[in-house]
Amino acid sequence: MEAFTSHTGVGVPLRRSNVDTDQIIPAVYLKRVSRTGFEDGLFSAWRNDPTFVLNRPEYAAGSVLVAGPDFGTGSSREHAVWALMDYGFRVVISSRFGDIFRGNSGKAGLLAAKVDEKLVQRLWDYLDDNPGGLVTVDLESRTVRAGAGVDAIEDSFDIDDYTRWRLLEGLDDVGITLSHADDIAAFETRRPSFKPQTIHAG
Amino acid sequence: MGKTLAEKVWDEHVVRSVPGEPDLLYIDLHLIHEVTSPQAFEGLRLSGRTVRRPDLTLATEDHNVPTLDQDKPIADPVSRTQIETMRRNAEEFGVRLHPLGDIEQGIVHVVGPQLGLTQPGMTIVCGDSHTSTHGAFGAIAFGIGTSEVEHVLATQTLMQAKPKTMAVTINGSLPDGVTAKDLVLTLITHTGTGGGQGYIVEYRGQAIEELSMEGRMTVCNMSIEWGAKAGLIAPDQKTFDYIEGRPEAPKGADWDAALAYWQTLVTDEDATYDEEIVLDASTMTPFVTWGTNPGQGVPLGASVPSPDDFEESQDRIAAEKALQYMALEAGTPMREIKVDTVFVGSCTNGRIEDLRLAADIIKGRRVDKDTRLLVVPGSVRVRLQAEQEGLDVIFKEAGAEWRGAGCSMCLGMNPDTLAPGERSASTSNRNFEGRQGKGGRTHLVSVPVAAATAVRGTLSSPADLEPIGADH
Repeated sequence: MEAFTSHTGVGVPLRRSNVDTDQIIPAVYLKRVSRTGFEDGLFSAWRNDPTFVLNRPEYAAGSVLVAGPDFGTGSSREHAVWALMDYGFRVVISSRFGDIFRGNSGKAGLLAAKVDEKLVQRLWDYLDDNPGGLVTVDLESRTVRAGAGVDAIEDSFDIDDYTRWRLLEGLDDVGITLSHADDIAAFETRRPSFKPQTIHAG
Repeated sequence: MGKTLAEKVWDEHVVRSVPGEPDLLYIDLHLIHEVTSPQAFEGLRLSGRTVRRPDLTLATEDHNVPTLDQDKPIADPVSRTQIETMRRNAEEFGVRLHPLGDIEQGIVHVVGPQLGLTQPGMTIVCGDSHTSTHGAFGAIAFGIGTSEVEHVLATQTLMQAKPKTMAVTINGSLPDGVTAKDLVLTLITHTGTGGGQGYIVEYRGQAIEELSMEGRMTVCNMSIEWGAKAGLIAPDQKTFDYIEGRPEAPKGADWDAALAYWQTLVTDEDATYDEEIVLDASTMTPFVTWGTNPGQGVPLGASVPSPDDFEESQDRIAAEKALQYMALEAGTPMREIKVDTVFVGSCTNGRIEDLRLAADIIKGRRVDKDTRLLVVPGSVRVRLQAEQEGLDVIFKEAGAEWRGAGCSMCLGMNPDTLAPGERSASTSNRNFEGRQGKGGRTHLVSVPVAAATAVRGTLSSPADLEPIGADH
């Protein structure tokens, strides 16, 4: 996983709540066995609409998505995270995330920044007034910044310490866990014998 | 201080706990299917890793399989490749697989309980959000993404921050004709789609105790639809009776030891939850959705709401968008909404009890001439059981389509989809835009409502049906 410290990019206002993972990428795109190349499926139903925010040229280089509450609810498909990243997004800002989506983001290297709903509204207004405006998300200091002068926006975001550390270091979870292989083996010796198995000897 | 059921099960599975880090949690059973596993196996291959415990892993094929002509090669080459990849990975890594054509094939959340692999006090994960279904047995069961699938394959553990706990207490008894599905749809409209975020939820109270195991699975299945990490129910005699004698249930001395442990899996009297919701089952009625998320529901006897009915501006905007997508006018009685397709099936309502209930209502009646009824058993075993009981004949004589096992129309991935603009009454779990096919419009309903709707062609409950024998 690529390390994440700070990112500045074009902010994209997605004025919708309850953007479920079926909207982020419909199931029909999930037939592939690859881990990349899902950008064509991102918001595929909405992209048919010429007025959809991603179809506007000023957001073509968008990399910071600013979405309404309950972003990424529904299906566990990590393809939703991959599609956002394949399209070019590095950060999603929202006041509430689906649990599985947020977990998947942390594993794949997409920063899911949880903020106060008022900040989402301010960022939306700023980006509407300044299409193509930049948003900076600094993981080190856990801050979101946009604009300049007296109207400058600066506020903090929430992310759990462990996910933050892993993102900053770009660490692979499996590698970390395998360093505790002795603990796992010890636990396995204590498991009760009545626990089911899917494969039986003989 | 005592512990809640969820805390007991969690604490039993902690391999390693360090302040400031998530717990390392041992996973008792890892269920796998073809859609969310290929990239995980590829990750193992690239890093030269193996599956740590193939004997705690089970794979089946469900999401991306057709429900017609299951004995023939899959026509769509991309789908075929995904299925072939599942088979190759299972073979290479030594994972037990129940492929299409196998007698144990079916929806992963129907197969686990049916085999007796789903047992109280376990941790169960799968790359599918409806893994919460298994919580009906008193297990902690939740959906994970593909990176976590790879993590479990390689380590048989997951890094997980301990969630908070919530009690959902449903007092009273459900009235006749009101099902577990109506109960959970009512709950989700009460909480919204995000109300359970960060919680493991324990469903309890008289109405939950009175549910069959199938009904409990329906409730736990939809935990994710209100955002909960997992949902579970304390095991009782019904749970033990359901498990006993199944192929992978403990036997002999193991059964006695397991039962003794399972009987300890209740929330202690002096335990406290971080949150509690209390609802009354006796006032519940058949419940259906009008919008594009499972929290947008009303009683079947109500009308399509107006955006102005909602206090929060986000909810108003969401309602406007939903009404537009669903092509519905505020104020229209739900019972006047005409439906093109009725789907009975899925991990929510595709078990034998669901098919019996549907058949009981359909028997001696005809599916409306402008409506299509698709009945899809959740597993091959469910299909065979239904056929043994003659349920397939009842459905076919009524003009319904009787299919092979799979996820079918729940998710718009396999050939069973809605056409753009087509409207369904569906016993599945999600009414998201395009969920059942691009441009498709979904109303989530219970099995009795689905069956009655198929007969009348508009959203209906069995009480709306003319008595059998009356002139048509």
